[in-house]
This record gives sequence, C-alpha cells and structure tokens, in this order.
Amino acid sequence: MADEPLVLGIETSCDETGVGIVRGTTLLADAVASSVDEHARFGGVVPEVASRAHLEAMVPTIRRALKDAGVAASDLDGISVTAGPGLAGALLVGVSAAKAYAYALGKPLYGVNHLASHICVDQLEHGTLPEPTMALLVSGGHSSLLLSTDITSDVRPLGATIDDAAGEAFDKIARVLNLGFPGGPVIDRYAREGDPTAIAFPRGLTGPRDPAYDFSFSGLKTAVARWIEAKRAAGEEVPVRDVSASFQEAVVDVLTRKAVKACKDEGVDHLMIGGGVAANSRLRALAQERCERAGIRLRVPRPKLCTDNGAMVAALGAEMVARGRRPSSWGLSADSSLPVTDPHVPAPDDASAGHSHEHVHEVSKENLYS
Amino acid sequence: MLLLALDTATPAVTVALHDGTHVIASSTQVDARRHGELLLPAVDRVLDSAGLALDAVTDIAVGIGPGPYTGLRVGLMTADTFGLALGVPVHGVCTLDALAYEADVERGPFVVATDARRKEVYWARYADSRTRLSDPAVDRPADIADQVSHLPAVGAGALLYPDTFPKAHEPQHVSAAALASLAAERLAAGEELPAPRPLYLRRPDAQVPKNYKVVTPQ
Ligand SMILES: [Zn+2]
Repeated sequence: MADEPLVLGIETSCDETGVGIVRGTTLLADAVASSVDEHARFGGVVPEVASRAHLEAMVPTIRRALKDAGVAASDLDGISVTAGPGLAGALLVGVSAAKAYAYALGKPLYGVNHLASHICVDQLEHGTLPEPTMALLVSGGHSSLLLSTDITSDVRPLGATIDDAAGEAFDKIARVLNLGFPGGPVIDRYAREGDPTAIAFPRGLTGPRDPAYDFSFSGLKTAVARWIEAKRAAGEEVPVRDVSASFQEAVVDVLTRKAVKACKDEGVDHLMIGGGVAANSRLRALAQERCERAGIRLRVPRPKLCTDNGAMVAALGAEMVARGRRPSSWGLSADSSLPVTDPHVPAPDDASAGHSHEHVHEVSKENLYS
Repeated sequence: MLLLALDTATPAVTVALHDGTHVIASSTQVDARRHGELLLPAVDRVLDSAGLALDAVTDIAVGIGPGPYTGLRVGLMTADTFGLALGVPVHGVCTLDALAYEADVERGPFVVATDARRKEVYWARYADSRTRLSDPAVDRPADIADQVSHLPAVGAGALLYPDTFPKAHEPQHVSAAALASLAAERLAAGEELPAPRPLYLRRPDAQVPKNYKVVTPQ
C-alpha cells in the first residue's frame, strides 16, 4: 500500500554494514556489506576493523539499497538507525550517517533498539506481529527471551544468558576444532553428518532450582573443549562431525525447551526466533518439532533476515512512524548498552516542546559512549 | 559558493560556513567525548544563524585527520552522507594543514602537533602556514625531539609535551573557520584537494575482544 511509511534503516552495531528499505511491512531492499572476512584471522570481531569498514561501506550501501528498492531518497518518510546495543565505535558510524542523511533530506530520525529490530523484522516475512509476541533472540552478542505487547513501546526481558551468548559458544568451539570464524555456519554443516546423541554434553541451567528462562553456555563450552583436548592428549582423532552435532544439540535443546516453556507459562500461542543463530538448521527443525507438539505457531524469518541487516532496522522504524512515535533529536547518541526495554530513543521532552523536529537544538547531557 | 566545513579530528567539534570570500558563521565546542552528539546540532545552529538551509550548500570540506579514530569518523561520515544526499562535492583537508593555516605564520619553519593519545603526537613540519614540508606522522615526542625542539610549535600535542616542544604556543585545536578559509583559497586557486578519506596513520589494534578467551591452554 502506497500510504504505508517508506523507511530506510541503517545497522552498524557489529561487523555488517546494513541498509534496508521497507514500505510498512513490505521489504523493498536489504543491502549488506560485511567485514567478516577481515575479522576471520582474529577469531572474533575486532571493533576498530569493523568501524573502519563501516565508514568505507556506508555510502555505497545506501546507494545500492535505493537502487534495489527503486525509490528516490526524497520519497522516504523517515530514517531509522540502530542506536544500540552494540560496539560503541561501530554504532557511532551508523548514527552519524543516519543523522546526516535525515537532516539533509529533511526527514524524521528514529534511533532504535537492535534487539527490538531483530523481533520486528519478522513482520517483513510473516506479516504484522501478534500482540503479545514471544521472542527468542540468539546471536553472537545476545541470547534472550523477550515478551513484547507492542514492539515500539514495550519489550520485557524474561531471561538472558548469564555468561556467553549462544553464537559466541559456536565461535569458541569452532576455534577449538580449528574450523575458523564465524563458527555457526561451519558447525551447522559438520553437524548434519554427525550423531547428536554421540556425546552427552551438559545442558546449562536446566536444574529444578535454576532460573527458568536464563541461559548459560560457558560450562558447555568448557566441557566440549575438555572433551576434545582429552581426545587429542590420548592421541586419538577428534570426531569433528559427532562433536559438532552433540554440541549443537546441547545448545538448541536448551534454547527451544526454555522458549516453549515461556510460551506455555505466559499463555502465548506463538514463538518468534531471531538473531544470527536462528539461521542454524537444527535450531529451526527442533523448534518446529517442539512448537508443533505444544500447539505453538513458530515464526522464524529466512536466514538472511535473522543475521544483522538494515531491513530489520527499517522495519522497526516503519512501525515507529505508523504508530506516531516521537522521533529522536539531532543530538542522538550511540549507546553501546541501550537496555532492551527501550525500543527506541525519542527526543527528550523539553527538546521537542515548541519546536518542529527539524529545529531541535538540545543535546543530551550524558556521555553514553566514552 | 557556499562551503560547509567541519572537523572532528581534535577535541574540538567545529563547523563553519564560508561564502567564497568570508566565513559567515561558525561554531566550536571543545569536548573530546561527545563528537557524535554535538556535530549535527552544531551544523543546524550554524546554518540557522546564517539564515540558510543545508540545501544551499555547494561544497563540503572536512578534516581528514590525523586524529583519534572514533571522533574523526563522526566528521567524515557526516560529510560523506551530506555529499550523498545533496549531490555536492566533498573535499578533504588535512587537519594539521588547517591548524597550520590558523596559526598564521608567515615565515617558518614551524611544527604542528596534535594529541594522538597513547603518549604519542600526530605532527608535521611547515615552511609557512600554507606549505607543509613533511607527511603527517605519528610518533612518541621523545623520538622526534631532535627534529622539532628548536622550532616553534602549535597544537595541543605540542603544548602537552613541553620537553619536546619548548616553544609551543596557541592555537590548541583546529577551527572549521580556518579549515573553510584554507579550502576556499585552494579551490579558488584551482587546486585539487585530497579525497575525504581518513588519515589513521596506525593499523587497527588487532586485539580480539576480551570476552573471547581461550578455553583451556593450548
Ligand atoms: Zn544482532
């Protein structure tokens, strides 16, 4: 529909420079430039390398998104950008670009939350989110169970990892197995040819007195590493396929078990899974199986929309416009630890009173990214 | 011509408008940690005080450093994106050159040095305010003392290390007004300005984030 908001979204919280364009809940463009290859030899994302890459990739990626979508910048109804959480320096590149672009085009700016964007992206795949929505977010940076009654204003954390994120565990085990970085896709591949019941790795935080919705992957990671190192010390060959499959099973077993329990406890009849780890084929299959058994409808976007991208930021921006949420000020800062409970960062009350958005002069007094 | 100049390569967040003859508005705020928050409101304020809108701008000039990276990128990313949105050329200006211009030295030689943090300075040698004699470099002050200590010097990097720069004086930070004047002068003379790409001068720290620790010793 032509009267739905046309929004361009910018994402730079980690190593992907993403620029997406949506009209309401319709995806028009999803341009991504990744610096992942530059990080591979370090075994993890190097913040300064990512920030440098964002600066170089931004303008070409915006151009590509506009071309793919076949829209003119002047037709946009707003610009949204990941304000946090994420790597401080990387976020700041995207926030600077979004502010300059919105200002130059005379469009409202929406600084939005990365985690809420991971949930909202499913609107591009499966239509408007049910309210409330139960979401399991799993990636290299986060593992959370979230309940949202309105993705633009109310996101409640039910549980989160108390140590490593799920994706981080994949990266670390891939490193121990000498499979390179990032670990998720390669472990998924090996696991397909392995036996998930070959080795009984521990399921973290699943005891009767453990927190119901929190996660822990640090103990699992150590157990897997010890098991591999014992094999090597004994001079035996490490069965990479079986280790991958058994480790992966331990991760996705806990994730899906707790997500389904949260749905039942809260009386929510559907589950949304997002974040980079949602691209994992076993997670998708097991979640499908368990949701079906529990009478829960599963919503998982296609893998490209699960990993970090600009379309998810545009999707949440479009929702902000559609629901008349207040835009951000020109003093918007990048906030590396933006709480999940803040779906967006509106201009302060006093700054917007009596001013049109284009003339907000106030700046936040806090330094949020030192 | 209406040139918008900005620089975030030093602790100053600085913006100016130049009409080809004069600086018609400018703003400088010194706050090394809030470049990201302060720049856009400053651009808005400077345009407002000149009674102009951004779409009147015909050229953009931006300081390309060298400077601390996180702040430096704020100015470059803003200039790049303005250029994209407005369809106007974006010119790079070495921040040390703009500081040399601001120092207004007719007869040198002299040195410009800014704070590179980690006990180092970004620096270059100049014959006069318009003529740089050496490529911008990053060094520990003690390592360059015999090349610079006999010369007058400007910039916060020089003022910070009096043992190496005993003849240091103001200005400390660059102003976009000086940067705009220098860019306007060079463009009027038909000179080619550098591309608006950052002068980092150091490789990125290749440190893996601290949460990536080896599980057990290899
Ligand atoms: Zn993410």
